[in-house]
Amino acid sequence: MFEYAPAPESRSVVDLKPSYGLFIDGKFVDPTDGGSFKSINPASEEVLAEIAEAGAEDVERAVRAARKAYDKVWGPMPGRDRAKYLFRIARLIQERSRELAVLESLDNGKPIRESRDVDLPLVAAHFFYYAGWADKLGHAGFGSNPQPIGVAAQVIPWNFPLLMLAWKIAPALAAGNTVVLKPAETTPLTALLFAEICQQAELPAGVVNIVTGAGDTGRALVEHPGVDKVAFTGSTEVGRAIARSVAGTRKKLTLELGGKAANIVFDDAPIDQAVEGIVNGIFFNQGHVCCAGSRLLVQENVADRVLESLKRRMAQLRVGDPLDKNTDVGAINSAAQLERIRELSDAGSAEGAERWSPPCELPDRGFWFAPTIFTGVTQAHRIAREEIFGPVLSVLTFRTPAEAVEKANNTPYGLSAGIWTDKGSRILWMADRLRAGVVWANTFNKFDPTSPFGGYKESGYGREGGRHGLEGYLNV
Amino acid sequence: MTATTTSARPELSELGRSETALRTFLHGLPGVDQVGAEQRAAQLGTRSIKTTAKAQAIDLAIRMVDLTTLEGADTPGKVRALAAKALRPDPADPSCPHVGAVCVYPAMVPYVAEVLAGSGVHLASVATAFPSGQAPLEIKLADTRAAVAAGADEIDMVINRGAFLAGRYKEVYDEIVATKEACGDAHLKVILETGELATYDNVRRASWLAMLAGGDFIKTSTGKVPVAATLPVTLVMLEAVRDFRAATGRQVGVKPAGGIKTTKDAIKYLVMVNETVGTDWLDPDWFRFGASSLLNDLLMQRTKLTTGTYAGPDYFTLD
Repeated sequence: MFEYAPAPESRSVVDLKPSYGLFIDGKFVDPTDGGSFKSINPASEEVLAEIAEAGAEDVERAVRAARKAYDKVWGPMPGRDRAKYLFRIARLIQERSRELAVLESLDNGKPIRESRDVDLPLVAAHFFYYAGWADKLGHAGFGSNPQPIGVAAQVIPWNFPLLMLAWKIAPALAAGNTVVLKPAETTPLTALLFAEICQQAELPAGVVNIVTGAGDTGRALVEHPGVDKVAFTGSTEVGRAIARSVAGTRKKLTLELGGKAANIVFDDAPIDQAVEGIVNGIFFNQGHVCCAGSRLLVQENVADRVLESLKRRMAQLRVGDPLDKNTDVGAINSAAQLERIRELSDAGSAEGAERWSPPCELPDRGFWFAPTIFTGVTQAHRIAREEIFGPVLSVLTFRTPAEAVEKANNTPYGLSAGIWTDKGSRILWMADRLRAGVVWANTFNKFDPTSPFGGYKESGYGREGGRHGLEGYLNV
Repeated sequence: MTATTTSARPELSELGRSETALRTFLHGLPGVDQVGAEQRAAQLGTRSIKTTAKAQAIDLAIRMVDLTTLEGADTPGKVRALAAKALRPDPADPSCPHVGAVCVYPAMVPYVAEVLAGSGVHLASVATAFPSGQAPLEIKLADTRAAVAAGADEIDMVINRGAFLAGRYKEVYDEIVATKEACGDAHLKVILETGELATYDNVRRASWLAMLAGGDFIKTSTGKVPVAATLPVTLVMLEAVRDFRAATGRQVGVKPAGGIKTTKDAIKYLVMVNETVGTDWLDPDWFRFGASSLLNDLLMQRTKLTTGTYAGPDYFTLD
């Protein structure tokens, strides 16, 4: 009846080069041993560009450049001058946000609606926010004249490529550190465009270095003896390996790892908004969100009603071309991730949970997974315990607030949680008991640069964002 | 979703018998989270409706317009001109559909009726001491009967907001029931005046109250108070008609009115209808826009799509 015509965002705003080098000491350079890999568009499997693969020698050059910039330029520079550069970067990001958003959607597969309305505004906001701190560090609660740590090695994931870059680079630079950052191998492009923005902002050479590559590059970077600080966002498995490798060194470490968040819906919740929150909690960014609300805990006496509403709402989700402005759910980022989602979902069915997806046509090429819910899930199911990192929701029920808390906390993770109820006192009671770094009340997946973000238990340690986010980059 | 199930159906019709039953039911409806509702409405507003979808939406929106004039200065000449416009909104293009209805004060109904007779364009009249509703019930009912007798086939009544805000739900309910009866065969649109109800919880309760009492349509506003139709208010009302149909099997229409001036606004409403209640409501029988200046903007955008150029406002009739 009312079919939305295709409304594609134009690709022409992005000027893709056939190949990209490493960004070291203010310049794009070729890797020493000439290795490279391809970054593809997960929605079409089309090759976007050839990316240099940094080896140990390249990491060495990058760390050396960062050290020199720290000693000679960025470390001694007054905070108000560092702020000037960060404000300039923030403004350039805003000016070039359309270009960055399109590139992010191309490389990552996320819908343009999200890269345009969520990722890019938050990226710019992070730089603006931390730019403001650069000359006020003495008022951040870490002593009257806190000092930077030195050279930070930062390894970021593929789910929010540019946003995770901002979370890492903005506070590090504001505090006076220099950085060597490794973007994920499937999503390096916006980091490389960010490198161009650093050049455009005339950021002193060596303050920001970007080395592209896969796990080996990352390992070389975090294990490099010239690094003073390691910050990692990614899987708990890799996080453990990093923690082991830096143990016994002088390096400070911040880890932001996996999650299996409970989104808890009570019987007095505003149902229509709770359903929106459930959808946003698990289908936002194809569920590639470490704090995704991947376990729905719904009070048993409203479970049928909530599920009926949720299914009706899921049938409205538009899955497809990430560059179409009306797309709600885009492509899965990689073949490997798609395989993992499939494997865990099949395990869900095999273990007896009931699987449901709305009728939806998936494109032939590229990596796609229909929004899926599992009902009849118990705490014993793998899909209730392991992080799927995809558009798959496990639905469990509870009877009392105490049971909700018990089930929500019954996981090795502790990154986030959501509470849906009309009762303010219950929100506070629950929030006190949930072992999760972020607790959202009557909303989900809300981010702001002023708010600290981080986990309990195996979801990591350290906080990013807010005044707290400075601590990981100061010698305190 | 509502607190009712199909098994509760017989009880729903009996709620109006007791103040306590009504209150218990209305206050038992799920709450509305203001932030969440506004966020959802804003998100739906970012849909990009282009080319063929836009052309389709514009024609549908024109067919949904209740072309309205509710001024003290209305005259027979003025409303006849408006009725003529309703029949042929774009004299230059016979493929342009006619609007859904013309909406006027009761005294103007006979003049409009002459023009619209047999055309398929409905004739709506506000009644019940519109816009304040602050008159004795007998007068409101007489107002309604007079409008119907003069030829109106749709009545836009106002609820008794004073009674609603004071918690006298049964009084509001009884007035709607009585007005519905006075309407006879005419369709009854119940104006909630959401700008005076203030909270979304109240909007949801008033929507249910109006539907339980037999309203055929629920309408946001009179257009006579500062806050008229908004997207979030319409969202809450759409959710109410959706849930009401699920509970009772009866479909009720929705009419946002006041403040909808551009094609862009109208399309946002259609997207919201499409994604909240679905295509069953994407029809002039179930969704209307109470508007006046909206029509010319729709016509201008329609001409732009067919000819590729913007014609100036001089090419569209002012009525």
